[in-house]
Amino acid sequence: MRVKGKGLIDRATHIGFSFDGRDYVGHPGDTLASALMANGVHLLGRSFKYHRPRGVLTAGSEEPNALVEVLEGAQKTPNTRATVQELFQGLKAQSQNRWPSLKYDALAINDVLSPFLSAGFYYKTFMWPRAFWERLYEPIIRRAAGLGALSGKHDESQYEKAFAFCDILVIGSGPAGLIAALTAARAGADVILAEEDSRMGGRLLADTVEIDGKPGLVWAEEILAELHAMPNVRLMTRTAVTGAYDGGTFGALERVSLHVAKPGDTPRECFWRIVAGQAILATGALERPIGFPDNDRPGILTASAARAYLNRWGATPGKSIAIFANNDDARRTADDMAASGIKVAAVIDARPDSSALGDYPIYRGAEVIATHGRHALKGITVQTRDGSHDLAVDCLAMSGGWNPTLHLTCHMNGRPLWNPTLQAFVPAPNAVPGLTPCGAANGTFSTAGCLTEGHAAAAAALAALGRTAPDIMPPRTEDSVYDVSPLWVVPGKGRAWLDFANDVTAKDVRLAAQENFASVEHMKRYTTQGMAPDQGKNSNVGALAVLADATGRGIPETGTTTFRPPYVPVSIAAMGAGGRATGFAPQRFTTSHAASVERGAPMIEAGLWYRPSYFPRPGEKTWRQSCDREVGYVRNAVGVCDVSTLGKIDLQGADAGAFLDLVYTNTFSTLKPGRVRYGLMLREDGLVMDDGTSARLSATHFLMTTTTAAAGLVMRHLDFVHQALAPKMDVRFISVTEQWAQFAVAGPKSRELLNSVLDAPVTDEAFPFMACGEVMVKGVNARLFRISFSGEHAYEIAVPARYGNALFRDLVARAETLGGGAYGMEALNVLRIEKGLITHTEIHGRTTAFDIGAAKMISAKKDCIGKAAAQRPGMIGPEREQLVGLRPIDHTKPIGAGAHLFNPDDAATRANDQGYITSVCWSPTMDTYLGLAFLKNGRARLHDEVRVVDHLRKADVICVVVDPVFFDPKGDRARG
Amino acid sequence: MASLITTSAFDTGLPVTHGALTLAAAPVTRITSVAPFNGKEKAVSAALKSAHGLAFPAPNRVLEKGAARIAFAGRGTAFLIDADPAALDGIAALTDQSDGWAILRLTGAGAEDALARLVPIDLRPVAFPAGTAARTALGHMMTLILRVENGFDILVMRSMAHTATHEIVTAMAALSARAAHV
Repeated sequence: MRVKGKGLIDRATHIGFSFDGRDYVGHPGDTLASALMANGVHLLGRSFKYHRPRGVLTAGSEEPNALVEVLEGAQKTPNTRATVQELFQGLKAQSQNRWPSLKYDALAINDVLSPFLSAGFYYKTFMWPRAFWERLYEPIIRRAAGLGALSGKHDESQYEKAFAFCDILVIGSGPAGLIAALTAARAGADVILAEEDSRMGGRLLADTVEIDGKPGLVWAEEILAELHAMPNVRLMTRTAVTGAYDGGTFGALERVSLHVAKPGDTPRECFWRIVAGQAILATGALERPIGFPDNDRPGILTASAARAYLNRWGATPGKSIAIFANNDDARRTADDMAASGIKVAAVIDARPDSSALGDYPIYRGAEVIATHGRHALKGITVQTRDGSHDLAVDCLAMSGGWNPTLHLTCHMNGRPLWNPTLQAFVPAPNAVPGLTPCGAANGTFSTAGCLTEGHAAAAAALAALGRTAPDIMPPRTEDSVYDVSPLWVVPGKGRAWLDFANDVTAKDVRLAAQENFASVEHMKRYTTQGMAPDQGKNSNVGALAVLADATGRGIPETGTTTFRPPYVPVSIAAMGAGGRATGFAPQRFTTSHAASVERGAPMIEAGLWYRPSYFPRPGEKTWRQSCDREVGYVRNAVGVCDVSTLGKIDLQGADAGAFLDLVYTNTFSTLKPGRVRYGLMLREDGLVMDDGTSARLSATHFLMTTTTAAAGLVMRHLDFVHQALAPKMDVRFISVTEQWAQFAVAGPKSRELLNSVLDAPVTDEAFPFMACGEVMVKGVNARLFRISFSGEHAYEIAVPARYGNALFRDLVARAETLGGGAYGMEALNVLRIEKGLITHTEIHGRTTAFDIGAAKMISAKKDCIGKAAAQRPGMIGPEREQLVGLRPIDHTKPIGAGAHLFNPDDAATRANDQGYITSVCWSPTMDTYLGLAFLKNGRARLHDEVRVVDHLRKADVICVVVDPVFFDPKGDRARG
Repeated sequence: MASLITTSAFDTGLPVTHGALTLAAAPVTRITSVAPFNGKEKAVSAALKSAHGLAFPAPNRVLEKGAARIAFAGRGTAFLIDADPAALDGIAALTDQSDGWAILRLTGAGAEDALARLVPIDLRPVAFPAGTAARTALGHMMTLILRVENGFDILVMRSMAHTATHEIVTAMAALSARAAHV
């Protein structure tokens, strides 16, 4: 029901929306909760465990009851707080955790069974048969106790992440936050004012307070107008600061377009990381419910929420209202309701000495001991000094006092302090460096106190930044004393709810204590109190007060559980914004990417790079057919392959050769200009880091190549060696991986192909195996290297990347006229396995130079990184698994990488393990499967038989141990 | 003899405009990395001064003279942009980086707001004025960002040009769309 003349809604504009399929009308400014209340809808959900009918409890993001599903299809969003969801035209909302309907929910049977379903019930009951827990009990319980359902589809809507920076971050825009922001802004500081709500003003939107002789909201709007006009101020509404982190960094979730009917490209949410020089916590306080029997019926809500609905949204939670409180603040609700012509049936004040002044019946020293009605409140029973009375009311507003919203102060291990006067926890001083709490968040509840503290907090923050605060006279306003006396739970028959969201009652907490889950952390886990979407915002203090009572300790001794980020639920989609599918990581494309894709090559990921797996031809049904054909190109004609992804590091300087001698096991300072040498690099621990070739372009200029996988790792290693171990060496290096597009041209016809594109042809004499030099390709400066990763007569030619696309297409087209063509990663792999050449599947971080048969590459004439460690006991010798080749006795029997090796007569068990296979292929050249493997004492076991067992693929094959160089062991083809 | 044609690092479709922001390929033709050899920093600065009116830049600085720029690009390294490095031969390690980097230019009021979606440092004029350069991150990519008039030059590895463009355009579109709802 709407109340005439009240509210900050635009009544001239109508917004149609639906809830559970029924159409309603609301206004701009409404939340889903306020609009439903105005339409007389008070039953909004079913509770988590007992499926109790529930209505709204609060008017903010702390709402535990009114959780609904909004939107449809893949975007369906469960557990949306109706108190936060703003209304938009066409909004469709559904209640959740009920079947078949909200009003008639079959699982409300749980409520009847509640004597059996107390905390710990599941753990004690569903213990046997053991296998039933996972298969039967848990699925049933999960179905019965729950929140909303996800769509099960990819959420393809837009989300966003962003960074923001400021001198002073003000969190919260009530009186304290506004005056703090104004003070900081007038001092010239960069200010961000973040407000969780859709509108700035905090409690000034909901309370009737005068400031400076004006309505509080008018005062707020004046300040906001000033802030809005200042270039150094950024106002962020709908932005909940969710966490405090190191270095003045705060996480914040902005609801960008959740209130918009057609968002288009607008992200739904944005997850901010705000870096602030100083921060001011002006988050206000949250009102506590009171525990009394059946205190969870629709129509029972907090007193502050009741007047918020009235004052901000012009909606009344009932026609006849009672107020139950232990403090003066709740009288405001009674006053505002009475002034708006709503019947205040009673103010039930638990304090015997409280004020008796008011235009409504006041029961002092009284308590609510029962409530009536199922889908809506119909009445309450009040216990006074004179006995018990029934009151027919349809709304009960309760206030058990206020808890400062201090959660952020606990995010870096700060523990709040108990204030007995306020009967509440307040922030510990300096709990988060650079974060100053003020106003209600700091336990100062009067408006005047909030203004004074807000100004002082800003002054302190400005001083910390070396700025001076301008004089701002705190305006005149109410300065009442907050009077509260503790009242946590009213004893009596029936369940008194503490945690509405997880259906935890006072009895459950006492049961936890009784079963010796008496520490607050144990109680929380035993009862699940505080573990629901509201994270105990409404229940923590009440629950630990009950626990303190049950264990005979005080509240400060009992302590609180820890508040951790996030302060409000943050969707994973927002934190992972942009990371879905290919957005997960950058895609690195070679210059030949488009040409490869055009040829139908399936692209495989190699790190971040995309490389062609193979180039299918019409009529080929399997990848193997394509691969075998491409291997044939290289062995019989000429193949072309993009090898640009290999790391290329340009090294220059007088000490470049000496530097390479230090990082490589073998010697490079003696390499002649115009020549290339294969090099092996060790880690400090003596294990192999990487391998590759380095070319000497001139006396002081080298070009190192690394593997694709280790390009970044090697660069980092070189930086470390230069900076930490050899800082005086005159050498400079930089990556040129991206500068050059490089293509392998391999096969007996490789020179013929190359000479068709080079401006001046090369000869075997001028360009022998392992030569390098500058050449011209159609007028473009290029680099040519006569190196081979296939064992064939081969070259690699490099051109500046802008020419890569053209050169690749040209080379492939020419290769095709010579009976060859492009080859992909599969063929490249077969070619190198046939030659026993290693990749990171062999140098995987646990193998030594000795293991791969390269012990002699560690030069005896000089030191190098890893040399000493490579000679430690256990790094060399027959106990090591050594690189060997394997050929199945039956050449058609496939063997798999990852399979383990055993002696033929041994059982294939771990204790008998003799090694493992790292690489396998079908060799079309040799008409057999081949494998590279590490075999214990392998080099001494050539021609022995080993049993290859693949436990995963269920294969069991006998192989012969052979030299790892299967094809052309003398290397004549590469040199020829 | 037919010459090799060149291919841009970027997909077709640039420039892209959303609201006040435009993303285009920056008109840069030449980049040379300059790393002075031991003890040659002053000589390099002097040579840059006489050849181009520039100097070796301090960390996080970019200097400009006419079309020529030189930007801090990492420890002991600067990128000389659109200028001939010949004067530095022998006193600094020089490598051609013209093809290694794809350079996007984002211009328009609020360009820093678009980059704030991707870059973890403060790019507002107050913190990142004219003459500033930074090696930082663009999403998951490494980048070098230079302040230019009315915007930024954003250098990314050539192979990542597609992802960088896509991510910046997404941020621009979101920012522009968002303006309709605020």
